[in-house]
Amino acid sequence: MPFSDEALARLRADAADIVGRYPRARSALLPLLHLVQSEEGFVSDDGIKFCAEILGCTETEVTGVASFYTMYKDNPAGEYQVGVCTNTLCAIMGGDQIYAELVRHLGADPDDHDEHHAVVSADGKVGLERVECNAACDYAPVIMVNWEFFDNMTPDSAKRLVDDLRAGNAVQPTRGPSRLCTWKQASRILAGFGDGQADEGPSAGPASLVGLELAKANGWTAPEPTHNGGSE
Amino acid sequence: MTAPLTPVLTAHWDEPDSFTMAGYRRAGGYQALPKALAMTPDDVIATVKNAVLRGRGGAGFPTGVKWSFIPQGDGKPHYLTVNADESEPGTCKDIPLMMATPHTLLEGIVVACYAIRASHAFIYVRGEVLHVVRRLQAAVAEAYEAGYLGKDILGSGFNLDVVVHAGAGAYICGEETALLTSLEGYRGLPRNRPPFPAVEGLYACPTVINNVESIASVPSIINEGADWFAGLGTEKSNGYGIFSLSGHVTKPGQYEAPLGITLRELLDLADGIRAGHRLKFWTPGGSSTPILTDEHLDVPLDFESVAAAGSLLGTRALQIFDETTCALRAALRWTEFYQHESCGKCTPCREGTYWMVRMIQRLENGNGTGEDLDKLLDIGDNIVGRAFCALGDAAPAPITSVIQYFRDEIMQHQKEGGCPFDPAASTLWADR
Repeated sequence: MPFSDEALARLRADAADIVGRYPRARSALLPLLHLVQSEEGFVSDDGIKFCAEILGCTETEVTGVASFYTMYKDNPAGEYQVGVCTNTLCAIMGGDQIYAELVRHLGADPDDHDEHHAVVSADGKVGLERVECNAACDYAPVIMVNWEFFDNMTPDSAKRLVDDLRAGNAVQPTRGPSRLCTWKQASRILAGFGDGQADEGPSAGPASLVGLELAKANGWTAPEPTHNGGSE
Repeated sequence: MTAPLTPVLTAHWDEPDSFTMAGYRRAGGYQALPKALAMTPDDVIATVKNAVLRGRGGAGFPTGVKWSFIPQGDGKPHYLTVNADESEPGTCKDIPLMMATPHTLLEGIVVACYAIRASHAFIYVRGEVLHVVRRLQAAVAEAYEAGYLGKDILGSGFNLDVVVHAGAGAYICGEETALLTSLEGYRGLPRNRPPFPAVEGLYACPTVINNVESIASVPSIINEGADWFAGLGTEKSNGYGIFSLSGHVTKPGQYEAPLGITLRELLDLADGIRAGHRLKFWTPGGSSTPILTDEHLDVPLDFESVAAAGSLLGTRALQIFDETTCALRAALRWTEFYQHESCGKCTPCREGTYWMVRMIQRLENGNGTGEDLDKLLDIGDNIVGRAFCALGDAAPAPITSVIQYFRDEIMQHQKEGGCPFDPAASTLWADR
């Protein structure tokens, strides 16, 4: 469905802000795609057209870029997009089992598994997909929901998480804001428009601190510099 | 005698407001910046050069040397691009760093840009880490407010704008030339070199691309001196670095230590392999670095020693697997990853990874033959050195090294008509 006049005016103002960040306008394409995804939950033909208009390039060029990057969805995503890490380390630590159990739990066909098979629950609330390594290996197995961290998951905690999401219960990421935002809101942050929640959540999770805590307990520090006054 | 662990970058991660301007200042933050601005840009480059800070993103190229390649007085704009696209499987150090202390990175960025005479910097952060993006955006806003970014920084006449740019899910964009293509608004395809980015990078202008941890190490070098940094670590691998332990260890997590620490020492600190199990194989620095085994527990984790042992230091991402793990299953999943992430530009990488996956699947299912192993090694040989970028060079590493150390175990799959391992035994909850 084409954007309403109200939506277009709003998106154009945001787009001008995004384009203004870069020395060359074309660099704005990735954040612009995040922006149109924040409006509709995926990158639609209208979203493509909008980006092309803003940058003065063809829709084919924009489609070529959008299709290269896995975070842009070409179909409506769930309100909560659940990504189970099934790269090697998380898979072996239990990510494969978590993914398989979630597929059954959501009533999807377990044999219908593409490489990065994505399913969306019938109510449109929860989308499920496999994701690649998300740089949280010390918290394996890891699940990302709308790109927030859910650390040290088990099949049971994963199913409870999905049930809470479907029931509309408040859910808190392990290292993130006090309440999970929606997929569309997440896309807007990625386009560069913060939601003012950076101060929420811990500085670091427990695994990030194991080395520091051990060093403190033993009085280990980096050596003091032997100052010879000033820089060389 | 240097302590086994030397927290510098991680030293304040346990403070509840470490990610704020107030928290960073209380921890001694933004003291390197006025020092650097009082030096000449060339002296800043010389200091980082003398410290011999080798790139922390995997390749280990000396950061100061990279900076010195930027032509000066060429009349073109210069750019700094921070590679915050941390996606190498097993690597998980830059993400917690940016979540806990984004200002360390920002202070390093201002110093680096002053040195290379850049007035525009980009933090290319992977998009899949929303809270890290929030923290970076907030830190940049705070830094503008405090006068550490923007016009006439601290009255020095130096101007700098920093943009937080969220990627959109493509491992290849961690490769520096693909990152630039992506930042220009295109599909993230790598470019041939030369010309190197120092000459023709972003918008065909001189560009430095540095890893997050490299740039975040710069303030400490300015504060404490090149000699201090060079005095840590080993002869040719200077300084400290974050070692990330994951997998079948009792205490997985981040351990910041001088380069040259061994896995045996790190495992002692992490209370060993999980109870009742023993080490089988590990990666020293992510999936692109060939696996090592329990023969290599005493290899110093520095660039030279790990290379001499047949692998690479990479990103110090130590993924640890115990004897419950099927090495072939691990190689298969990593190879599937490279196939999925190959951008498709170079035929050997695009086709080679596709066929390697099919052959490893057959082996894992128990239908392979010894000839498949030779064919896999041959395909690997034909990818390495025949693709534009490091993804192709890395793609055969998992299967090649698993064949090297576990050939008998692979053939066991054939004898038993399937995988002899129970995947349930490897899980986090197996022994509960």
